[in-house]
Amino acid sequence: MQTGNAIEVRGLRVQYDRVTALDGVDFDLPPGTALGIVGPNGSGKSTLLKAVAGLVLPSAGTVRVFGKAPRSLTPGTIGYVPQIEDVDWNFPVSVRDVVAMGRYPRLWPFQPFSAHDRAAVTRAIDALDLGPLADRHISELSGGQQQRTFVARALAQEPSLLLLDEPTTGVDAATEDALLPLIRGLVAGGLPVLMTTHDLDRAPEWFDRLLVLDHRVLADGKPADVLASGAYAGIREHTHTHGHLR
Amino acid sequence: MTLLDYLLAPFQYDFMQRAFVAALVVGALCSTLGTYVVLRKLSFIGDGLAHASFAGIAIAYLRGANFWLGATIATVVTALGIGFVHRRARVSLDTAIGVLFTAAFALGIYLMSRSTRATVDLQSYLFGNILGVSPYDLEMVLALGLVCAIVVGALWRPLLYTSFDPVVAQAAGVRERFVDDALLVTIALTIIVSLQLVGIVLVAALLVTPAASAAQLTRRFVPMMLLSCAFGITSCVGGLYASFQLHAASGATIVLLATLLFFATLVSSAARRRRVLRAASRSR
Repeated sequence: MQTGNAIEVRGLRVQYDRVTALDGVDFDLPPGTALGIVGPNGSGKSTLLKAVAGLVLPSAGTVRVFGKAPRSLTPGTIGYVPQIEDVDWNFPVSVRDVVAMGRYPRLWPFQPFSAHDRAAVTRAIDALDLGPLADRHISELSGGQQQRTFVARALAQEPSLLLLDEPTTGVDAATEDALLPLIRGLVAGGLPVLMTTHDLDRAPEWFDRLLVLDHRVLADGKPADVLASGAYAGIREHTHTHGHLR
Repeated sequence: MTLLDYLLAPFQYDFMQRAFVAALVVGALCSTLGTYVVLRKLSFIGDGLAHASFAGIAIAYLRGANFWLGATIATVVTALGIGFVHRRARVSLDTAIGVLFTAAFALGIYLMSRSTRATVDLQSYLFGNILGVSPYDLEMVLALGLVCAIVVGALWRPLLYTSFDPVVAQAAGVRERFVDDALLVTIALTIIVSLQLVGIVLVAALLVTPAASAAQLTRRFVPMMLLSCAFGITSCVGGLYASFQLHAASGATIVLLATLLFFATLVSSAARRRRVLRAASRSR
């Protein structure tokens, strides 16, 4: 891995038909940093993650991940956990099968699962306390267990950059309490993490830096400073009146 | 004639021996790919691509060109066209298939209807003609079958990942478009391999029914694929054998046997669910 920034976004604009989701967004993410993104519903938080993951293309500006366009990265570089997993819950896979998918992007055709691949899957399952559930079918999981399964898949991938879209929304407190030390541990190990959230109160625990987004960057700095600056105040009111969903 | 003579009768003929080999290949291929077809809810696509092959067959027939070449070009072009229209025109895959396959089928019928050449062979393409499997045809079946087996062997993991969770797979660096196109082309080739055995009209059943049967019995992917393969081979080889003894059309007999197996798995899985429920209510 190179020493520069994990993510460099410059003048990013993303347009869906007539709706502008992001306009003129600039930020960097150095390695070993957890950057939180807060903002009202529909402020472009999820779109920003998708643009970094290469899932939506910029209408203007650039997104560089480890100096490259997201889609030209080595497979396995970006671990992404979307906010809502829109999967077929009757799909014939167990928890372990889903977590093992994290290894797939790194494998060549016909390449068998190595001892390292198996160890990465087991480590990820253990890290999220999914051991007793590993052989369960995915339809037999609670919401929090499902979320942990998808986080485990991203960890099994051994990504160089982790993108989490509101991993703590709609899950039980136990899942959140399990995720926080896990993610902080990964960041301490040098992994850059970009994560969206609605939970301003716990932002200082989660993040090294906080970015307030409303189609553009309103504030970017240490969580305590950003929260004290009042940049989020109007937004907080907004989320309270409009609810916490999405 | 003894009973043994009767039972072994189908294997005495060269054309039937070739047909059995073809049935084995077709049964294994269709049911393996069928697992992805069912999981991706692409049941319509088998029907679509099979009908699309008719345009190529018609052109090849009228020009006196190679059947295999005509069918392959038409079907693969349609398969890639479906992928392209789906991505570019923002229409659902269902709609893309519906538009393109009817167009290709109509082109085939149009060309055939304007031809002054005899079109008696039409029926053999629509319903299959097992008597027509020449040694050359068998070689083509084996060659195209091998290509499909290699593609599935190489791509089964990215195919599984993109079938389950295409967005995350793409973010992780899986080349989703390439994988999708490879699947469509492989389905196209599999259909062409199957045409002589079951015909255009019925080939879709082989891509769907064995995998649907397997899905009744297991909730894991690899067992589903293996069971689907077992059902597919049983249907094709058993159906071909039965069609000989019953003097019936091979394609129809094969599909009816596959359907019979489907209802058997449906009944058995429903019975098992009932047993589980009863055991659960007793233990309460």
